[in-house]
Amino acid sequence: MGSEGTAGSGHIPNISLAERAYHIRRHALRMGEVQGQGYIAQALGAADLLAVSYFHALNYRPHEPEWEGRDRFCLSIGHYAIALYAALIEAGILPENEIDTYGGDDSRMPMSGMAAYTPGMEITGGSLGQGLTVALGMAMGLKHKRSAAFVFNLMSDGELDEGSTWETAMAAASHKLDNLICIVDVNNMQADGPSTLVSNFEPLGPKWEAFGWHMQRVDGNDIPAMAAAFDRAKALAEPRPRVIICDTKMGKGVGFLEERERNHFMRVEADEWAKAIAVLDAGRPA
Amino acid sequence: MPLDKYLPRQVKLGPNGERLMTSAMIASIAGPDQRTKPAPFGHALAALAESNPAIIGMTADLSKYTDLHVFAKAHPDRFYQMGMAEQVLMGAAAGMAREGFTVFATTYAVFASRRAYDFICMAIAEESLDVKIVCALPGLTTGYGPSHQATEDLAIFRGLPNMTIIDPCDALEIEQATAAIAAHRGPVYMRLLRGNVPLVLDEYGYTFELGKAKLLRDGPDALLISTGLMTMRALEAARALEKDRVKVGVLHVPTIKPFDEATILKEVNRIGRPVITLENHTIVGGLGEAVAGALMRSDTRPARFRQIALPDQFLDAGALPTLHDRYGISASEVVRRVKEWVR
Repeated sequence: MGSEGTAGSGHIPNISLAERAYHIRRHALRMGEVQGQGYIAQALGAADLLAVSYFHALNYRPHEPEWEGRDRFCLSIGHYAIALYAALIEAGILPENEIDTYGGDDSRMPMSGMAAYTPGMEITGGSLGQGLTVALGMAMGLKHKRSAAFVFNLMSDGELDEGSTWETAMAAASHKLDNLICIVDVNNMQADGPSTLVSNFEPLGPKWEAFGWHMQRVDGNDIPAMAAAFDRAKALAEPRPRVIICDTKMGKGVGFLEERERNHFMRVEADEWAKAIAVLDAGRPA
Repeated sequence: MPLDKYLPRQVKLGPNGERLMTSAMIASIAGPDQRTKPAPFGHALAALAESNPAIIGMTADLSKYTDLHVFAKAHPDRFYQMGMAEQVLMGAAAGMAREGFTVFATTYAVFASRRAYDFICMAIAEESLDVKIVCALPGLTTGYGPSHQATEDLAIFRGLPNMTIIDPCDALEIEQATAAIAAHRGPVYMRLLRGNVPLVLDEYGYTFELGKAKLLRDGPDALLISTGLMTMRALEAARALEKDRVKVGVLHVPTIKPFDEATILKEVNRIGRPVITLENHTIVGGLGEAVAGALMRSDTRPARFRQIALPDQFLDAGALPTLHDRYGISASEVVRRVKEWVR
């Protein structure tokens, strides 16, 4: 499992997933510091699931991002781009020395993720509820080509409000897409407040099951649990799509940001970025 | 607007005492004496797919109503039924195109342009993916009312960067345009006439070329610039007008985007004559305004500029011939109005 060939970004290969997650958080905080803002709380929350995706589950070649045999990773939530850039840097697909271009003019790392801008960015996300529809088509296309590759789609709990999510859930099961793995990041926060209060999607697992999906729900900040869930999702013999619902904590890894309220687009003061990096570094995995 | 719904009505009869009925959506728009060809799009696509293994057909529960069932029968392994879910249809078409396929996605024009617009915009057009959106019931081609009358689809898609837009006239053009858009890289929106489709343009030695307007007949008294099925009406009107010694030219513009401004300006400037645009579409944002914009931008002032188009309204339900007369796009109405304007 994991990336084919060498791990990138000058990091030592075979380091732990926890260490990968730490690096992803650190890259994201450095990008946030450059821009002075960003969806940093989501990035910190999703770092563990991205570490498991890019350093345990996904098959890819860092220096050949469009390699035909790669597993596709679709970022439906375009505003999580800061998190995916951090993972792509850690994976050696994006260069670490472009971190300070994040969100700047002519950067390869714009604020919202777009396929035309960034190596490793498979789709243009941001119009929420769309990524899964495109991932569905990619999974159909791969099957049509008799490819063994998987399509992963990362979506947020807010996107559960969109009708297209459930249309796609039905279509994917109808087409028996066992090569489609949907990751739902449930951090229970969207633009107007806690997701379950904005439009209650619970009970979530039974909904996906009722639509015909193989469902697992795990602690999205428990790396071994997630690695096992991704393994099960890939190894399963059943001819149906798989969903892994990951309950994550916004701001994970930086205590004072975990505690902060109203953190969909979290306000971080100029002097807090360095503090956040220091807190993260202090908790760096052994 | 419809009449007051609390007023009682009586059966309305036609000129020969016949009942005037709304035809089924699957019915042909051909007149009783018109030559037709069955399912030109479906047969053309099925034939193209023989030599092009990248072609995929997808629909949202409307294969029979978009003639895609002909393709599905010929190539069952290359046909995908997405259910009555147009957003999924367009997103999945984008994903398939990302994997290297040339995807023909079919539905009704109302559902593509209204319900699935964001998916066409962001998943397909922004990425310039190879998806051909082929849509039945363009403009006023059903009497079912606004839920199925795509009177503003051209206006909607004209605003979309990267999108090629085709409004074909007849069966011959549908066949040729299907081949042309399959060969063209990038997203396309094509309006579709389905079922037994009138065959007209073969009499004019016509060949479809993507992005090209073509003069089908010439005349000094007016220049009719038309697209889609209104070219049929323009040609029929031109023949009728000729009997009254009014000679009009007909310039057919099947590609609405990219727009062949050069040919249009050349024809408008060649002879000073009234310019009349004809489209099966609202007067807002379609062919007429595209021509007007091209004329204004080039400081070209025709002797007169008039539009034959559908009004900026939600249209009535009813029988198509009644509605085409009511809204001024039947051949007889075209003749009447052109006569007024060339006087």
